[in-house]
Amino acid sequence: MSKLFPSLEDALRHCGLRDGMTLSFHHHLRNGDGVLNIALAEAARLGIRDLTLQASSLFDVHAPLIDHIKSGVVTGIETNYMSSGIGRAISRGVLKKPVRFRSHGGRADAIDSGRVQIDIAVIAAPAADCMGNANGLHGPAACGSLGYAMPDALHAKHVIVVTDHIVPYPLMPASIEEITVDCVVQVPSIGDPKGIVSGTTQITRDPVALAISRMAAQVIQHSGLLKEGFSFQTGAGGASLAVTQYLRPLMRQLQITGSFGLGGITGYLVDMLQEGYFRTLMDVQCFDLKAVESIRDNPLHQQISATRYASPSAKSTAVNSLDVVVLGATEIDTHFNVNVHTDSNGQIMGGSGGHSDTAAGAKLSMIVAPLFRARLPIVVDQVLCNSTPGHTVDVLVTQRGIAVNPLRADLNQALRDARLPVYPIEELKQMAQRITGTPHTARPRGRVVAEVEYRDGSLLDTIRAVD
Amino acid sequence: MMRSMLFVPGNSAGMLLNADVHGADGLILDLEDAVAPGEKDAARRLVQGAVQTLGFPGATLIIRINPLGTPYVEEDIARMVPLKPHLLMPTKVASAEDVTAISTLVAQAEQKTGLPQNTVGLIPLLETAQGIEHALEIARSDPRVKALFLGAEDLSSDLQAVRSKEGAEIAYARGRIVMAARAAGIDVYDTPFTDVNDDDGLQQDAALARALGFTGKAAISPRHVAGINAAFTPSPGEISYAREVLAVIEEGERLGKGAVSLRGKMIDKPIVDRARKVLQTAVLLGLERGAL
Repeated sequence: MSKLFPSLEDALRHCGLRDGMTLSFHHHLRNGDGVLNIALAEAARLGIRDLTLQASSLFDVHAPLIDHIKSGVVTGIETNYMSSGIGRAISRGVLKKPVRFRSHGGRADAIDSGRVQIDIAVIAAPAADCMGNANGLHGPAACGSLGYAMPDALHAKHVIVVTDHIVPYPLMPASIEEITVDCVVQVPSIGDPKGIVSGTTQITRDPVALAISRMAAQVIQHSGLLKEGFSFQTGAGGASLAVTQYLRPLMRQLQITGSFGLGGITGYLVDMLQEGYFRTLMDVQCFDLKAVESIRDNPLHQQISATRYASPSAKSTAVNSLDVVVLGATEIDTHFNVNVHTDSNGQIMGGSGGHSDTAAGAKLSMIVAPLFRARLPIVVDQVLCNSTPGHTVDVLVTQRGIAVNPLRADLNQALRDARLPVYPIEELKQMAQRITGTPHTARPRGRVVAEVEYRDGSLLDTIRAVD
Repeated sequence: MMRSMLFVPGNSAGMLLNADVHGADGLILDLEDAVAPGEKDAARRLVQGAVQTLGFPGATLIIRINPLGTPYVEEDIARMVPLKPHLLMPTKVASAEDVTAISTLVAQAEQKTGLPQNTVGLIPLLETAQGIEHALEIARSDPRVKALFLGAEDLSSDLQAVRSKEGAEIAYARGRIVMAARAAGIDVYDTPFTDVNDDDGLQQDAALARALGFTGKAAISPRHVAGINAAFTPSPGEISYAREVLAVIEEGERLGKGAVSLRGKMIDKPIVDRARKVLQTAVLLGLERGAL
């Protein structure tokens, strides 16, 4: 027996593709993904309309989607993140029905609980066998973890594995298991490796970002959490990743070993695993080649599903065992609500991803951001979009000072005792405005183009069209 | 006291905005080499705006001005003195007469602004063979002169020497400028290390500068500030040894001993002076409690 189908068209037909269905995709191939575009082009060619796209994230490589929206092939989008090219089109109202934004954990929960029904999960697989066992460890488009595709595979009514690298049965280990897979399709290429993972993730050289991350490391040092068994997650960009550079000597000095590094994994965290700073890495997504090699070769570096990463209804998840998470922001307001969905004009250029999940779960959730960006203060009276509620955010670190959420009086005192520059968040806002002036906020007033669902399923905010 | 002095181009709004977040003890807002001739006036305006808006509290404020003989220097002084920088840094200073000429212009600007005389000090940049040879007379030329600063790039060019990371070509100049400054009882600052990607090289260069007697060192990149500060900060071992030296001396005085020793080594006046200096620096940096 083999589940190999000669073409994606055959597989889609086998799974009963018809108007109005929900198709899901993962984003492990990031800006190199070819599969979402191939699948939608195939659906369009078959004359299918009114599809809902259930994609864990959308990147600018998916720009052909905009034409599929215009032609009525796609009429609904549910996603956790949207890069600025697609976001611009959505903000200008290309899609009639509002986009539904979720967090990574919220999406997993929505799928696991049945709140979201997927008709066909189209799973891009860097390596697969003829029965649908699949992983991201091998092949020309190796991307490492397939954690975000796991809930889709488990709960979709039909699952199609699309690969450009067929291996003899049985593929081991299998991130996606054959028990859930209906069809396997081999295509010439599932994506462009250059857009999937970077060669190595470089730590920023921007001196302001480094000043911020140096101060962020001091906050961690004095938070009381930097001790044996410490666990940590950080983003891959800007000041976030650079925090690890300053954590490393602190951990060495204290002679502590962390229990786990979590999240999107970079080569920098892999180095820390190899050098004994962490005992394990829990990986829902690999960001660079070093991380891909490590997850393939090092048993202490393990893939986890989006559910285990952050689902709010799971009996326990990794984010709930997390000590410290370092996160970015496009805006933060004086109530510590954070915007990661839109830019300062209200135009969509991101999404929560794991932002609100980790903020809710970690013992210390820290936002690192410059006090002003392109002449605009980062601290505002009210964020244009509430992506992460302020009650889950503990501290803001900028290059000119730190603001601690009033809910964390203990942390405030600890940082003041350590003689760190702690200010009320209002004062950081005023500090920036003394330099930039008070900007006029352009709050979009068009129709609702997106709804932001909090991880528990409640509606957190809406995003309006930009003229 | 400055361990590090960070150069900040006077024509870069972005860098001026964040000049004081990198931990440098001193900031050198530059109107000279970093600024093209056509941008001198714009840079003066930017520096004025930055100083008036940000103030840079907590840092020693230095403004590097254009050399005598250029059409910019008088305007630089007239426009910068009202900002009350701690120090002006005249460039290509070659003699005591140069300092006197600058000091006269500064005095006029102070008078015009209504500032008390000698509000603004000077840190002459010695970057020519003449400047180095006249280091002592420059150091003693005017009460405004608070420190000397070695500029190795222009100096190497003037010497027709090949500039190297190791700095053999500036060994004499380093020795000479330290000698002159210390003889005049003022501070002295070392030239910046110019390879922003060589952290090890920076550490070696900064350690050498400290060993030679420099008070601190300039940085052309914010990335170098932490390394320089570390090199010029007394280590816990140095502070602890200094404390022991002073304790032994006190005990000796109490017992009326003429000579005292610590771990078998005679403690004489230079060792005591050095210990006092280490503790004084530690107190200034907040590493040690106590009166200065």
